[in-house]
Amino acid sequence: MGDPLYADGINAAVLLIVAAKVLIIFAFLMVAVLFMVWFERKVISDMQSRIGPDRAGPWGIGQTLADGIKLFFKEALMPTQADRRVFRLAPFLSIVPAFLAFAVVPFGGEISVFGHRTQMQLADPPIGVLFLLAMSGIAVYGIMLAGWASGSKYPLLGSVRASAQMVSYEAAMSLAIASAVLAAGSLSTRDIVIAQEGYRWNLWVLGVVPFVIYLIAATAETNRPPFDLVEAEQELVGGFHTEYSSISFALFYLAEFMNTVTVSAVAVTLFLGGPNGPAIGFLPDLWPVVWFLAKLLVFLFVYVWLRATLPRFRYDQLMDLGWKKLIPLALYWLLLIAALRVGRDQGWNRYVVLAVGVAVGAACWAALGAALRQGETAKAAA
Amino acid sequence: MGYFAGFRITFKQIFEERVTNVYPDEKRPKPDRFHGRHVLNRYEDGMEKCIGCELCAGVCPARCIYVRGADNPPDDPVSPGERYGFVYEINYLRCIHCDLCVEACPTEAITESKLFEFSFTDRQDAIYTKAELVVGDDGHPQKLPWEDWREGDAERTSAWVRATAPSGSAAYEGRVGWSGELGFGVRTPEKGQTAESDTASAAPAPKKRKR
Repeated sequence: MGDPLYADGINAAVLLIVAAKVLIIFAFLMVAVLFMVWFERKVISDMQSRIGPDRAGPWGIGQTLADGIKLFFKEALMPTQADRRVFRLAPFLSIVPAFLAFAVVPFGGEISVFGHRTQMQLADPPIGVLFLLAMSGIAVYGIMLAGWASGSKYPLLGSVRASAQMVSYEAAMSLAIASAVLAAGSLSTRDIVIAQEGYRWNLWVLGVVPFVIYLIAATAETNRPPFDLVEAEQELVGGFHTEYSSISFALFYLAEFMNTVTVSAVAVTLFLGGPNGPAIGFLPDLWPVVWFLAKLLVFLFVYVWLRATLPRFRYDQLMDLGWKKLIPLALYWLLLIAALRVGRDQGWNRYVVLAVGVAVGAACWAALGAALRQGETAKAAA
Repeated sequence: MGYFAGFRITFKQIFEERVTNVYPDEKRPKPDRFHGRHVLNRYEDGMEKCIGCELCAGVCPARCIYVRGADNPPDDPVSPGERYGFVYEINYLRCIHCDLCVEACPTEAITESKLFEFSFTDRQDAIYTKAELVVGDDGHPQKLPWEDWREGDAERTSAWVRATAPSGSAAYEGRVGWSGELGFGVRTPEKGQTAESDTASAAPAPKKRKR
């Protein structure tokens, strides 16, 4: 498939269109972060019977901008023990993957610009999903190096937690995403969206489990509450960004919220059919974008809702949930879906396949539980 | 389903009423006996009540009051007595608004308004002198440009004095034991206190507070 923009070779007009798309996505992400910070503060104060920001602009919508401007005028501090170059580099390592991951997210259908057909998506590489996983893997480095280069104890502890947490949940997230890849038979994000047309959303086609696993793992990946052990204020002051101020801190803050937006956009792409939705009469090119944004908004609301409701996990609970529950469950579900697909291709009775699959799953779950209990008793005896 | 009960609660809260006060825009009404910025009262005929006895300065735990008394000029007396407050200064960077000065004052000269929103750009400006503290010719406190006076802040400035029984005895509760003030006359007892007519026959027998 690929973008029809490149079908007739690459010339100046094509390059200009790509540059325009880069600019649009950059601007969209910046505005989305401004909006997200405000939205989060407003919704969470609604849930706590407060009013929230209401000074800057109508409904306080300019509050994030004001905070940003304030941060830019603050003094940039550098701890004496810091590894100066890495300390400076870390915020950028954290924000760049957040931007890049959005490049493969399809946020609309195909449109014509100055006689060129093009997808509303910056890039549609055949390995789009791999690219997403790579970016979320690289995002760990920003946080890890920030804590390590600070030359201070709390940031170091925060970054150790961050790398452990992000590596653990990366596995569960990848397995959940693999189910979506399996359903579409392609690693291209555009193909995954096309495979979900006609409301065959992966959310219910795959059973709700991969979606829920993705939701939990993505929350942990972005270090959002209830998985914000990385910057647990009560324990670690500010975690990895304790020593950061001014623009560097603003970049971390930006990266955190941009990751939230990006992860939500990926969830919409993989599980909620991306920009798919009913087109209503006028402006047929616009509706996919509207549906995409609407789904994104619902997702962002869910993130805020999670934050308002759930208390922070303890570190051992976090690891238990990741390694002993989510990864086995994601792995099992992936195998079950694979078995059902193989059965469909081979013409086997799907109910028999399902029954065998559930039986094997139950047996594995029981075996895993027994093994874990045995480990616990062995640990208690030791 | 215990996990999801929490989500319902937080979602329902969105539609609940807010508890926040939008402070500078709307202010909560202050209690009657609120301790705010002081005023120096005057009698109904315009004479100052302060006699320069320095009891307020003596009792002040924050040492923020400075008073110097002087003999009244015989041809143009400032206060009805022998002496008057020649210098009267309160440093609002030190004052803790404990109202001990109000309790110590034998003539109810110093009382407190409900104003607390005032600010200075200079330490010297924090020291209020007689020029700022003495009530105006209408009996109301002077509303200085750097003070944020709201409705009712200047009313009932002597509520705390009138709330305590004269001579410290509960038996005199509800009886007017205070002098008149410029612009207000003799103020009535606080709401909820026994009226004088009720207690006139019963006094000095102790009486229980009604509220």
